[in-house]
Amino acid sequence: MIQYNRFVLENGLRVLVHEDTSTPLAVVNVMYDVGARDENPERTGFAHFFEHLMFGGSINIPEYDEPLQKAGGENNAYTTNDLTNYYCQLPAQNIETAFWLESDRMLSLAFSKKSLEVQRKVVSEEFKEHYINKPYGDVWHKLRELAYTVHPYRWMTIGKDLSHIENAQLEDVKQFFFKHYRPANAILVVTGNVKTEDIKQLAEKWFGGIPAGEKYVRNLPAEPAQTAPRELTIHANVPLDALYKTWHIDGRLEKGYYVTELITDILSGGGSSRLFQALVKEKQLFSQIDCHHFGSIDKGLVAVEGKLVKGVKMEDAEAAVEEELAKLKNGLVADAELQKVKNKTESALAFEDMSIMNRANSLAFYELLGDAQLMNKELDKYNEITAEDIQQYTRAIFTDNNSSTLHYFSKS
Amino acid sequence: MVNRSVEPAIHEAVDLDIQLKPYIGFTLDNGVEVYTIDAGAEEVVMVEWVFYAGNWYEEKNIVAATVNHLLKNGTKTKPAFAINEHFEFYGAYLNRSCYNETATLTLHSLSKHLPHLLPVMAELLTESTMPENELAIYKQNQKQRLSVNLKKGDFVANRFIDEYLYGKNHPYGKYTSAADYDALAQEELLAYYHKYYTNGKAMLFVAGKLPADIQQQLNKAFGQLPLNASTLADIQYQPQPSAEKQYAITNDSNGVQASIRIARPFPNRHHPDFTKAQVLNNIFGGYFGSRLMSNIREDKGYTYGIHSYLQNHIHNSAWLISTEAGRDVSAATIAEIYKEMQVLCDELVDEDELRLVRNYMMGSILGDLDGPFQIIARWKNYILNGLTGDYFYKALHTIRTVSAEELQQLATKYFNKDDFYQLTVV
Repeated sequence: MIQYNRFVLENGLRVLVHEDTSTPLAVVNVMYDVGARDENPERTGFAHFFEHLMFGGSINIPEYDEPLQKAGGENNAYTTNDLTNYYCQLPAQNIETAFWLESDRMLSLAFSKKSLEVQRKVVSEEFKEHYINKPYGDVWHKLRELAYTVHPYRWMTIGKDLSHIENAQLEDVKQFFFKHYRPANAILVVTGNVKTEDIKQLAEKWFGGIPAGEKYVRNLPAEPAQTAPRELTIHANVPLDALYKTWHIDGRLEKGYYVTELITDILSGGGSSRLFQALVKEKQLFSQIDCHHFGSIDKGLVAVEGKLVKGVKMEDAEAAVEEELAKLKNGLVADAELQKVKNKTESALAFEDMSIMNRANSLAFYELLGDAQLMNKELDKYNEITAEDIQQYTRAIFTDNNSSTLHYFSKS
Repeated sequence: MVNRSVEPAIHEAVDLDIQLKPYIGFTLDNGVEVYTIDAGAEEVVMVEWVFYAGNWYEEKNIVAATVNHLLKNGTKTKPAFAINEHFEFYGAYLNRSCYNETATLTLHSLSKHLPHLLPVMAELLTESTMPENELAIYKQNQKQRLSVNLKKGDFVANRFIDEYLYGKNHPYGKYTSAADYDALAQEELLAYYHKYYTNGKAMLFVAGKLPADIQQQLNKAFGQLPLNASTLADIQYQPQPSAEKQYAITNDSNGVQASIRIARPFPNRHHPDFTKAQVLNNIFGGYFGSRLMSNIREDKGYTYGIHSYLQNHIHNSAWLISTEAGRDVSAATIAEIYKEMQVLCDELVDEDELRLVRNYMMGSILGDLDGPFQIIARWKNYILNGLTGDYFYKALHTIRTVSAEELQQLATKYFNKDDFYQLTVV
């Protein structure tokens, strides 16, 4: 049970504080309710690119990292399709340095031309490192485009095309900032060796004077229900054939999300999971196989991906995956197997909550979902799931008409 | 209105009184040494077996890693599936890793489930059978994995740079081929297992919110194992570094990036230069604000990231610079790396930068010690390297006091371009 205090500043900034006196450290986490899904289809990759620019100096502070490092702090940030998160950890005595830095870049960036030029190149190298210069690096670009027709999840956070970032202008950057990086669109979470009263004062002092700005109202096109199977075949210079399949699932707050999480554990959550045991160990059709979902806030995807053992035919491999899914549809998961994946969830949540950094991140995320208290209700939601739920959702999710399949063949 | 142009006063991190929480040590009935840290709020625990069973002791390539991998793939009474199912039923994670000198078996679990898990861990240490069919699947899948990795420039570069530094016959320099996997045989794996695990030399590291009867639980499960009875053979290897220093390899003619590795040999942690070199390394390429990052990423945009570091080896170390840079700017990147070395030889680090790095390092150590698993990891590193707790306080002292002149001397001693191996893989 994670305890916290919550208050809202007049400009709409939500602040959450979790006190933990067992550590000498504090974490300051600022989550902005903007991700790749909020991008213009002609300007993809912008939310992530913008994350880089957030380190290029703010209106009163030429350099973000230096003062933080001088205060003994470390920081990082990440962008997803749903949100952008910035976090730093430092000795608790020096927490005001983090308030100064984070509030100044929420007030306004410096919008430096040099930073824009350099970070374009840096992000271009990031794109190459992760998606071009790597075997199978283009898979998720292709699959997102296949599985989504209108929802902006159809592109990755790095962007659809490098040219979108290469063409970004300073004016685009400013617009994006003042549209999305406003207090009303942000959540500040402080965890660690701090007192809520002190944090209230610091929050008022540093963030209180930032103009509220306009609240961004998200209005994204819903992905229509898929009505026919989709397929794509690629031949590339990779050593092994690979199979990728995705199906649409419920959004983050719907019951189906929690059921899917358990389904992925049943199918590939470890050495005793079904896909691994049946297809890697017994039938030896795959050398690796994995089932996971994207953790998306809007309606997301669950995926099965695997590399085929040399000599195995794609259709045999695919049929074997379908056979395992059919077993889930046609029978009920035994009590012990269901208990196993629930136990794993309990354990995973306990390990996740060990660090004040993860606790800060989780509190911000659940607040962004609508209520930080959800963090403490997660385990109950998983524990309520029955074998019948698993069967029912498996039948609804894993249908041909809901599937997108990528056959990735080795040219060699 | 708050004055934003003035930064808030800070408590200098160099002045922090950082303490390394002492471990509680005891021995099991069979003489196995146990190191424990009892801390944390969550009801979780980590139990890590460390065996002297790394590739230092193997006579044939990849035997050590294979034995380590197959530890939980079958015992006299349980097939692999049943073992996995047992640990997974209790929501536990059982991982194994093979390093150079050591190999580990690590359990992460909720504290309440330990009584169900420790006995099966013990079984893996005495009753593993390394079944033929498991070995066959392992060979096939590892070879497939290797074929994918060999397409990656960074993977290829990491193999070759170690070979140049240590030679292909040294445990730090050798690497695996598909033929090595093919050559593995069950009997030699079992022989290695019996010698280096069942009857091997081992110690135990335990951390988390520990149950009150942890000593009894460990002793009951592990106290009768036939460990540490024989002395470990003293095997020595001499590094045989490559004579040639400069390499350019084309792995993928369509590659859009170059994996750059630049490295020189460096002594191990017992050398008096080691901690000072860590400070110099931070300035050079050890953190986000380092000179390599500031120049090559944040000023020129040649790469997504560039880092330098000292390898964490027990016998010999090396100083490495590693980056993936745009193919067309790879030569320029290499030139800038040497330029930054030269600047550190020619000019004193100014006080502001040195203060920043001291504070950053102290804050980072404080952060690294947050939580029981982090504390025991630090102790484990010291113990395996033959160091005691005062190494920690000496290192803090060095970080607080090392002078710009000393750092310049160090740069002059170690940053000679001719001493470095240089590799570019496209």
